[in-house]
Amino acid sequence: MKFEGEHLLPGQLGHFFIILSFVASLLATIAYFTASVQKDALLKNSWLKFARKAFLVQVGGAFIIFAIIFYLCSNHLYEYMYAYKHASKELEYKYLLACIWEGQEGSFLLWIIWHSVLGTIFILRRKSPSIEGWEAPVMTVISFAQFFLLMMILGIYIFDVRIGNSPFTLTRNEINAPIFGQPNYLTFIKDGMGLNILLRNYWMVIHPPILFLGFASTIIPFAYAYAGLQTKRFGDWVKPVLPWALFSAAILGVGIMMGGKWAYESLSFGGYWAWDPVENASLVPWLILVAGLHTMVVYKATGHSLRASYLFSFLTLGFVLYSTFLTRTGILGDTSVHSFTDAGNSINNMIKTFLAIFFIGPLIYFYRNYSRIPAIHKEENTNSREFWMFIGSLVFFLTALFIIAVTSIPVYNKLPLIGRWIAKFHGGPLAMPENSEFFYNKIIVMVAIIIGLLSGFAQYLKYKDTQKAYFRKGIVLPTVISAALAALLFVVYPFTYRKEGLGFLITIYTAAFATIYSLITNTMYIWSVLKGKVMNAGGSIAHAGFALMILGMIISSSNKEVISNSRVNGLTIPVGKDPMTKQDDNPQDNLTLIRQLPTRMGDYEVTYQKDSSGHEKGRKFFQLLFQKKNAATGKTSESFHISPDVYVMKDNNMSSNPDTKSYLSKDIFTYVSYALNDANNMDTAQFKETEIAEGDTAFYSNGILVLNGVTRNPNNEKYHYSPSDLALMADITVIAKDGAKYKATPLIEVKGMEATNYDDTLYAQNLFVRFAGVSEGKKIKIGIKESDRLIDFVTVKSFVFPYINLVWLGLIIMALGLIFSMIKRANFNNKQAAVILVLAAVGLFYMFLLAN
Amino acid sequence: MKKTHIALLVGIAALIVGMLAFSADFSTYDTVNSARNKPGKFVHLIAKLDKSKPVEYDPINNPNYLSFYAVDSLGGQTKVVYHNSKPADLEKSERIVMTGKMNADHFECKNILLKCPSKYKDDKEQLQKTVVDQTTSN
Repeated sequence: MKFEGEHLLPGQLGHFFIILSFVASLLATIAYFTASVQKDALLKNSWLKFARKAFLVQVGGAFIIFAIIFYLCSNHLYEYMYAYKHASKELEYKYLLACIWEGQEGSFLLWIIWHSVLGTIFILRRKSPSIEGWEAPVMTVISFAQFFLLMMILGIYIFDVRIGNSPFTLTRNEINAPIFGQPNYLTFIKDGMGLNILLRNYWMVIHPPILFLGFASTIIPFAYAYAGLQTKRFGDWVKPVLPWALFSAAILGVGIMMGGKWAYESLSFGGYWAWDPVENASLVPWLILVAGLHTMVVYKATGHSLRASYLFSFLTLGFVLYSTFLTRTGILGDTSVHSFTDAGNSINNMIKTFLAIFFIGPLIYFYRNYSRIPAIHKEENTNSREFWMFIGSLVFFLTALFIIAVTSIPVYNKLPLIGRWIAKFHGGPLAMPENSEFFYNKIIVMVAIIIGLLSGFAQYLKYKDTQKAYFRKGIVLPTVISAALAALLFVVYPFTYRKEGLGFLITIYTAAFATIYSLITNTMYIWSVLKGKVMNAGGSIAHAGFALMILGMIISSSNKEVISNSRVNGLTIPVGKDPMTKQDDNPQDNLTLIRQLPTRMGDYEVTYQKDSSGHEKGRKFFQLLFQKKNAATGKTSESFHISPDVYVMKDNNMSSNPDTKSYLSKDIFTYVSYALNDANNMDTAQFKETEIAEGDTAFYSNGILVLNGVTRNPNNEKYHYSPSDLALMADITVIAKDGAKYKATPLIEVKGMEATNYDDTLYAQNLFVRFAGVSEGKKIKIGIKESDRLIDFVTVKSFVFPYINLVWLGLIIMALGLIFSMIKRANFNNKQAAVILVLAAVGLFYMFLLAN
Repeated sequence: MKKTHIALLVGIAALIVGMLAFSADFSTYDTVNSARNKPGKFVHLIAKLDKSKPVEYDPINNPNYLSFYAVDSLGGQTKVVYHNSKPADLEKSERIVMTGKMNADHFECKNILLKCPSKYKDDKEQLQKTVVDQTTSN
């Protein structure tokens, strides 16, 4: 059958370039590997030349593939599955990129693109001292990784097995539906499915590329470590790789926290971190990378910790791929708020193979070379900096192992023998404990204490050996200052987190002290020891930033306050105690706001004023007025609007997006937890008409209505009529039994032979008022309807996050510190350094602190 | 690896493992019936919304009370009480992962995780259904 209206050329081109890139990456791998083992200089050179060409062909191919997908999506070519699944006509242009990396294929492609960029930088800068001599082995690894990633989007059949999912498959080949039996089937597909509503957010545009750059760049420490073993230059790789590792740590760290910021400001998870498996899976590689960063610095300074540097460099990428396995094979299905599907057995097996080769392979290689890697056999002194740096790295590494071990719980249940064993002895498949966040937090708080103290005092130790007097001279003042600051904080702003008992509260206080300690010692170190030379202070800046971030997390979570507590407004009888634990631990965190009725919420009086639709179809904003009133004088001291919204999607799924009022010291964070669906709220009550004249009174069940007068062709805020129109507005005052007064201005308009009523609604009184018509004499007909159900309300959840800006500020400082170090270690000139720093600083400040 | 390191490593690892053993009360995934066999114990329950029975949620009187009936793949049924707001897509969910405790007459739910069809774009059957729905309704 010949189908009408299809555009098959772009897909064929796309498919061609996928295969071309795939073959090129294989050739590049082989050629680079051959070059790396080739002794003969001439031959080596010619292999290298060929390998570069092959790699660049792959790079070109990857960009063309991306361009074609962009073309398919932006032109709504729904004959292609990818465009049908991810694009739609109503999708705003700015989300076009987002819809490309919404899909599995697109995000693999993003990863491929970043590897391509990194590889191209390597090829272009191959003469630079940090790359010279390393190109062949490093590029072998990158090309090999590209081979696997491109295989994921290959989409060719070998016998009956499909290898990879191509983004260029046709809708009619993928889906069985009767319409595909018709040649003009395309005319029936009106629109694509579009980007998931939860993802229509500017974070979706920038978070994935940054995170994937973070993931992709971890291949460079990995590849250098491999190159160190392969070339038997066991220690030489550390110096050139350090700036890359710093870059990677900065980008990955920022990428992870972008996800946190996104979750915080636009998803209704109620926070920036929830120990969700997806979050954990990206945090773990970062922790190992940072551990590796520190052991590398130790090696450079003292010759210790080389073996650990190998291990951490290998495992960083290993765990990136393990994360990929966790998040893309559907194995986490029941444990995460993120939704995963498994993309089919073939992709799952490919991911497993990729993981096995890049995880287990280097470990075997490392083990076989272990005894040949130089190590100093004299133990480090306990008064040396490297000793404590190593301990710190080890703590990070063990923390990473702990997190991933817990995150992997669903995996254990699926392991053949172990799964059965668990079911037998545990009484069912293993699942997270009751309070899963606390389960992580209680351990992480310990880690924060250790890391805070270590990163604080270790700076004042010298490598190899430290004189006691020197250490004492440096450390005493900052220790005293931080103790004083911590004491001040505890007195002025005590923590209220008593839920987990006194022991945990003390632990939190200790952690707060440890982070303050790290913040102060590191900041003072910049002046007292480094004499304010900021360019040399990358490490201290990064530590101070990290400490500030953790401190911000401790403060904002310890004193987080739910203000939408139902008990405050008396509408609800408290549900009572948990029958099992005898504790009052039921979450009563939702509060129903009736339209126009001020309701107490924490220190605020909150009124749901009105709703309005956004420019996207199905989006509804609820305007909430928050007012803080002085109890004595009744004057309003603070007043602002928060407008959370609810988005009803085409398939009727709803998504709730919070809105936040940000102060420097706190955020008031509110989202809609329940909103009425218009369709379910049909009102059955009828209007009752009465005739009244000016000054007359009419009754309703809860009070009276007084007609003040009738205005002809009103021109006011609400109505705009000119003298030539025919419209009458009744000016009515409603007085409720409790003495509250409301104004109602229903209107009737006559155009030609038709009369239109514009009713007025008094939500707080459940009352509709209609100007039904004029009567004899000076009387008019007023329709009164009292609904038996509440007309309009919204249920919200509202938190106060105190000092949350410290989290973002800390992150920015940490990232900038890492970048300072990177600039220093990569020997950038002043101009380059200035450009990088300004761009990074402006970008980070804008994204995390200003854009909201 | 140095002796001091090993000592410290073992010490720290022991600390972590010790804390785990001391405090961790890992839960289980259960069906309605197996959860009934351990009343009061915190479990993960995987089930579906029973659409033949009423979903009770009246946010004006109490926005923090939701009750509905769930049925699992083996046919086990239970009433569920959730002291929180009603998740928007409850009626559309295909599968519900709930955590909480089984009481005498109902499952006291602490947390709900919905698995909704629309989130599963990569699920083939679902896609098929969507395409058929969209193209025939127009």
